Amino acid sequence: MPLIAEIFEVQKDDFVAAGEASAKIKRTLKKLGVGSEVIRRIAVCAYEVELNLIIHSLGGTIDFSVTQERVTLVVKDVGPGIPNVDLAMREGWSTAPESVRMMGFGAGMGLPNMKRNADEFDIHSEMGVGTEITMKFNIK
Amino acid sequence: MTVAEIKDALGAEVLGGEVDLTGEVSSAYVCDLLSWVMAKGAQGTAWVTVMNHLNVIAVATLLDMACVILPEEIKVEKETLDKAVEEGVPVLSCKKTAYEIAGILYGLGLPNPVKG
Repeated sequence: MPLIAEIFEVQKDDFVAAGEASAKIKRTLKKLGVGSEVIRRIAVCAYEVELNLIIHSLGGTIDFSVTQERVTLVVKDVGPGIPNVDLAMREGWSTAPESVRMMGFGAGMGLPNMKRNADEFDIHSEMGVGTEITMKFNIK
Repeated sequence: MTVAEIKDALGAEVLGGEVDLTGEVSSAYVCDLLSWVMAKGAQGTAWVTVMNHLNVIAVATLLDMACVILPEEIKVEKETLDKAVEEGVPVLSCKKTAYEIAGILYGLGLPNPVKG
């Protein structure tokens, strides 16, 4: 049984709320007394995936759960899907529009940052269906 | 070195409301790409950026950065400053360019961010 399980909804193009889910996740982990190094890694991943949902998806959810051993983030969106996941995983590759780049996003660092910071990282995407990303972090 | 000492060294002012300036600054970084900063920034970093929107505060908060420094007196909207005060992130505004700010911070002995 997880100690904590919470689902955050993230809306497409909602840049004003960007980072709210990540901040809540970080606060919860601090309260639980999780180590600061792993909290930093989880916060980076949560923020990057939150921004990906806002910039690239049609909306989605971040399912956050904590057990004694690990923190898990399962992220699902409702499309449109990533045409080429290998390219998307490449540092510097981005399909973000110019308006988003002007805000300092779209550096093509999001997915590589997530993979680097998570202990386990898994991504599946299907065009017209959506993308699912699972990230696990060992806290013991 | 504290945020207050950095502020004095740069001749900078604090934007927004009352915020604690006793936080320890352990490194400095200059970058405007938010994901790049997410990858490279660290706890205690003084972050110099021309970006002035809400998401800058989110990045600084998530990484427990020491402060955000805006060069060339870049203006910031109240909504962003309110968020900064709420999260306890000092936002400094400075007449100097990012280049000059980096030179001063380097001269003070601040290194690049190191992940803790």
